Amino acid sequence: MSTATAPRPVRQRRLATGRPRPASRRTAMLPTVALLLGALYCLVPVAWVLVASTKSSSELFSTFTFVPGTGLLENLGDLFAYGDGQYLRWVWNSVIFAGVGAVACTLVSTMAGYALAKYDFPGRKAAFYAILGGVLLPGITLAVPQYLLMSTIGLAGTYWSVLLPCLISPFGIFLARVYAGSAVPTDTMEAARIDGANDARVFTSVALPMMVPGMVTVFLLQFVSIWNNFLLPFIMLSDERMYPLTVGLYTLLSKGSGTPSLYSLAIIGAAVAIVPLVAMMLVLQRYWRLDLISGGLKG
Amino acid sequence: MATALDTRPARRTRRRWVAPWLFLLPAALLFVTFLAIPVCYALYLSFRGMRVSGGGPFGVRSETWVGLDNYATAFTDPEFLAGFGRLAIYGIIAVPLTLGLALTFALLLDLPRVAGARFSRTAIFVPYAVPGVVATLLWGFLYLPSTSPGSWVAARLGIGAPDVLHGAMLYPSVANIAIWSGVGFNMIILYTSLRGIPAEVYEAARLDGANEWDIAYRVKIPLVGPALVLTGLFALIGTLQVYGEPTTLRPMTSAISQTWVPLMTIYRDAFTRDDLSLAAAASVALALGTLVVSVVLLRVTQKRSFGEVS
Repeated sequence: MSTATAPRPVRQRRLATGRPRPASRRTAMLPTVALLLGALYCLVPVAWVLVASTKSSSELFSTFTFVPGTGLLENLGDLFAYGDGQYLRWVWNSVIFAGVGAVACTLVSTMAGYALAKYDFPGRKAAFYAILGGVLLPGITLAVPQYLLMSTIGLAGTYWSVLLPCLISPFGIFLARVYAGSAVPTDTMEAARIDGANDARVFTSVALPMMVPGMVTVFLLQFVSIWNNFLLPFIMLSDERMYPLTVGLYTLLSKGSGTPSLYSLAIIGAAVAIVPLVAMMLVLQRYWRLDLISGGLKG
Repeated sequence: MATALDTRPARRTRRRWVAPWLFLLPAALLFVTFLAIPVCYALYLSFRGMRVSGGGPFGVRSETWVGLDNYATAFTDPEFLAGFGRLAIYGIIAVPLTLGLALTFALLLDLPRVAGARFSRTAIFVPYAVPGVVATLLWGFLYLPSTSPGSWVAARLGIGAPDVLHGAMLYPSVANIAIWSGVGFNMIILYTSLRGIPAEVYEAARLDGANEWDIAYRVKIPLVGPALVLTGLFALIGTLQVYGEPTTLRPMTSAISQTWVPLMTIYRDAFTRDDLSLAAAASVALALGTLVVSVVLLRVTQKRSFGEVS
């Protein structure tokens, strides 16, 4: 996990021993405590939902918040039985939207970023400024016109209406461009060219392997942003069975405002929803290259 | 930054622009379809509207060009404007606290002799993996008097618990959700750029007799300036687009109206009132506002941070 913060390849690697050893080995108490308080703040709501998911609906309102209850299995049963297994469909939809969307978006962004970084061609500047404008353009304000467009071409309410707008990420292209600029040496490309490789081959066998770490970062950022997206599916979809988790849980909660028994469903639903994503994040943390983002401004 | 691959002239010029445009093609098509066209369509719609032509009972409603009428309607709607006011209060709480906490945690992580730094870093990053709607749900239940640990304790002590979902407490409560979700991600970005600073810089400062506090304040913060600007920019854009959190909280409190923030008003105009032109005008205004704020922020801070670094 500690490699999550590995420096960019072009930059001089900071030596592991670079930080001067302090004379005393004593733990710095104040920073340690402050950081642990931060950790506590971030973990308490997660701990709460995990504990609350074990409570039956009567226990939810009567026992102390952080005392586990006895209703976990019952809650899980209720959750998966709700609306003929609608919850699992929501999970599945989220996996499809985020998985397919992020993979396709990563490929699109990588190709575009590579072209912008490694070629000089008419229209390059214009394309770059268009993308920069796209980064600053608040994506969500586009949701309403995107809906109008989708309903004009008859796609509103289909999977495509949520999936297609997710495939273009100006920020992803921007990151891919920064990464291609620093990770793919022009000399190596030139050498491959002299060996007779055409542009497609130079891209697939020279550039692509070098860009993998950047691609993983674009994939993860896009995966999380699609998984967390609320407004776009909320606007586009009307069939409950096509909802992703976020919109599904929202409807569960808004129906539950009158009937507290649905509260425990929303709680177990939230608990089950965060466990896989948090697990994925922790496992994949080592592959994150978030330094790309901070490097992006200078690039 | 980009270097021309091929310096041989004429013969190769065709290939030189065909290949890059082929690589760009999917992105360009998607960009035009899902960004450029919707933007233009929204612009077009924002100048259109329903007008009654002819008089009396025989009036016919038809869609025509109405100029800036929709913009005038949007900006004279007290609820829409009040939404911006509420957004400002929310943003003034959320943005500085998110960035301040993220910077503080990043600087603390970068200090020597901190125990459990890896655990704390991972724990603070966990909320990033929690979708906004789910985060709102979690905090909502922690706020809700019937399930809140605070009110449980208060009840045992025989005192009344503060109602954090109504009145003035509502703003910090909603902002807290955004802070909780955003601190970890921003902290990692800042921490990564701190780690990118060569150690020699600190050694030089130490030789000059600087302590850790001086180094943090005089060396580290100016050097992570660009990263700070970027995170600030994203926090600001995120604030202007707040929608999911207050919408999800609505079932739990009567204090959040249907038009609590501008995007909620836009959503209502478009889908509940079916006034797409008005919603388009408000969307365009919001997007333009965001663009202006981002460009101004970039301009101002870039001058400043470059001045400090060099």
